[in-house]
Amino acid sequence: MPSSYATHPEAREIVFDFLQGYDVLGAFWMTVKLAVFSALGSLVWGTLLAAMRVSPVPLMRGFGTAYVNIVRNIPLTVIIVFTSLGLADIFGVTMGTSDFKIQGFRLAVLGLVAYHAAFVCEALRSGINTVPVGQAEAARAIGLNFSQTLRLIVLPQAFRAVIGPLANVLIALTKNTTVAAAIGVAEAASLMKSMIENEAQTVAIGAVFAFGFVVLTLPVGLFLGWLGKRLAVKR
Amino acid sequence: MSSVLYDAPGPRAKRRNVVLSIVFVALLVLLLWWVWRTMDDKGQLKWPLWEPFTTAEAWTTYLLPGLGNTLKAAALAMAIALPLGAVFGIARLSDHRWVRVPAGVVVEFFRAIPVLLLMLFANEFYVRSTDIGSDQRPLYAVVTGLVFYNASVLAEVVRAGILALPKGQTEAAYAIGLRKSQTMTGILLPQAVTVMLPAIVSQLVVIVKDTALGGVMLAFPELLNARSTLAANYADVIPSFIVVAVVYIVVNFALTSFASWLEGRLRRSKRSTGAVLAPDEVEELNPAQTAGTFGTGAGGTI
Amino acid sequence: MKLRKVTAATAVVLALATAATACGSGSKSGGSSSGDGKTIKIGIKFDQPGLGLKKPDGSFSGFDVDVATYVAKQLGYKPDQIEWVETKSADRENALARGDVKFIAATYSINDKRKKKVDFAGPYLLAHQDLLVKANADISKATDLNGRKLCSVTGSTSAQNVHDTIAPKAQLREYSGYSECIAGLQSGAVDAVTTDDSILAGFAAQDKYKGQFKLAGLKLSNENYGIGVKKGDTATMDKINAALQKMVADGSWKAAVEKNFGPANYKNEPAPKIGQIVK
Repeated sequence: MPSSYATHPEAREIVFDFLQGYDVLGAFWMTVKLAVFSALGSLVWGTLLAAMRVSPVPLMRGFGTAYVNIVRNIPLTVIIVFTSLGLADIFGVTMGTSDFKIQGFRLAVLGLVAYHAAFVCEALRSGINTVPVGQAEAARAIGLNFSQTLRLIVLPQAFRAVIGPLANVLIALTKNTTVAAAIGVAEAASLMKSMIENEAQTVAIGAVFAFGFVVLTLPVGLFLGWLGKRLAVKR
Repeated sequence: MSSVLYDAPGPRAKRRNVVLSIVFVALLVLLLWWVWRTMDDKGQLKWPLWEPFTTAEAWTTYLLPGLGNTLKAAALAMAIALPLGAVFGIARLSDHRWVRVPAGVVVEFFRAIPVLLLMLFANEFYVRSTDIGSDQRPLYAVVTGLVFYNASVLAEVVRAGILALPKGQTEAAYAIGLRKSQTMTGILLPQAVTVMLPAIVSQLVVIVKDTALGGVMLAFPELLNARSTLAANYADVIPSFIVVAVVYIVVNFALTSFASWLEGRLRRSKRSTGAVLAPDEVEELNPAQTAGTFGTGAGGTI
Repeated sequence: MKLRKVTAATAVVLALATAATACGSGSKSGGSSSGDGKTIKIGIKFDQPGLGLKKPDGSFSGFDVDVATYVAKQLGYKPDQIEWVETKSADRENALARGDVKFIAATYSINDKRKKKVDFAGPYLLAHQDLLVKANADISKATDLNGRKLCSVTGSTSAQNVHDTIAPKAQLREYSGYSECIAGLQSGAVDAVTTDDSILAGFAAQDKYKGQFKLAGLKLSNENYGIGVKKGDTATMDKINAALQKMVADGSWKAAVEKNFGPANYKNEPAPKIGQIVK
């Protein structure tokens, strides 16, 4: 319970009565944790995928393309449920813990990473395509090899061009963490569902959670949008 | 492919590529072998688990009606969201502040909220405030949630589509004395529809995927939910998930391919203005960015 | 020229949309057939083997289905006049209140909270919360669950109760359906599945699982399955009660229990007396 309400007990009683006994902030904290870990993971895996998709090795290109086209077309719900039912139950991937609560969280992160990496990959790839050919040619002319060209010349420019699109992936990811409720991760959406079932003030509950997500996503979008504009490589 | 990054491979590069390919294939094969082995160990590859999918009944009783509901909800959501999105998209381009700002707020608000919450909320609203039958209510709730979200995404598509048209179109329209509304309905919108088509079709993919949320949370009898009835009957949880995932991939891949075919066709076409909004260019329009600067492509629609 | 293309393009999108819609509605229209118009809508579960299950040929089977069919017969409806409606747990009160279904027989346990919203005929079965474990497992009491893995459906209070009160060290895995839990039990990912023993027995009796699982027989709670009717519809309630009494008396009740739960070695309670609720 936010401590600021404690100073106005009467206001809290009237307005936020339905929040009593529910750990709304805790649920949103779980959402934030899911979003942060998944965002980092998808950035790493997505970058690797993008590197594969533009690599000179045809097989890796093929794998990258296949991965993106398969993962993008499956509902996230299916992927998340499959991490638990398939990976954990059948393949015995325990994510380094035997505690189901932690395991569920890590599996959800894994599912979110697997899904959003495909979008990160596509964003980066289109970003790479915005880098003029001359940049890469010049890099090769001074003797840089493929990985050097990619790391030192192309990606730094590409990343700047894709801050906007990546911000959108991040926003989508934040919202998509709600799907983790399907495997019992106690994040915002699962709390909202149980609150709606038990309490009468549907509108108020809906408003609180909607507000929570607006608070989480809008500033990120605004900030990264501004950053993207600032850092964009002027051509 | 983007050969920007490397020259045509020489003898050494060719050798290195071959080695890399072999290592990569080896790793991939190792992974697949492990997957196969584990599934075999756990008895997931036994024919009785997969056999139901070769019978017509599994499809006609469970999966096809489920897929029908998925497509029905997706089609309804698209049909309702498109005009709504057009209205809001145009409103955001209005010269009047009192139209532009509220429209912008509404669009940004619904873009910021998870579809899942919108669906749950819509369902609860229908339960308490209407007397829609319980057999129809999940559909209503799913479509409502999808409409709110996708209308605001499509509003951005429409806005981007109109902005993608060459400025000369507007200027020429004004020059021959058309009013603002005439310019919009007679000149800009018809062209923008063509420009937007690929993006709209690929938004359908998003909608199709999102119907699955209604299956898990609201018991809407779509494909994923039909799977659970099927699995209860045949006791084949894992195979049913794999089959359903394949169905989603096929349907959505067809839509995606259609979108890129459309995009390619429109790009090649000589009669258009040459402006085409690729599916993945829309999301580029960030809340903070006001207008105009897309063209770099983006992460696709999610 | 330009207009022609726009029209064509719009037509494509519209065709796509209508094709999808037609496809969806086409599969649905089979529901409201029946010649003489006299049908009865009954709410059941579609995904619980042994209780209410939609079979591949589109027919329904299970104990709830048999009871409902018998009751409907007593109310004057032939089996082919019954229209089965899926009523998920969270939706049962609403479906009755709005009259979407005449009555509900869907593992519907009678409790005070629900009694405020609907009226119950019956009970027609006394079930207990129980554990389903592997046939060779050494779980015989609920405290054995400490340190073990327990599976239940998301938001289920029964699993939460076990976790909170009896075996706090048990680990809880949540899935959206029981068939996922049972699959996990089979693969060894979880050690026990908890819910009503009738539901568990239904799963355990399935061909693919036969002989692999056993019920722990713990009786963690009493679940009096009733037939829900609209609040205040005492006429229907009385008729259903009479039908249930007749069903027990003429032996159909016992036959239905044996047919649906028999293979699972489920020790059913004797037929409950109407109106007698075991707390």
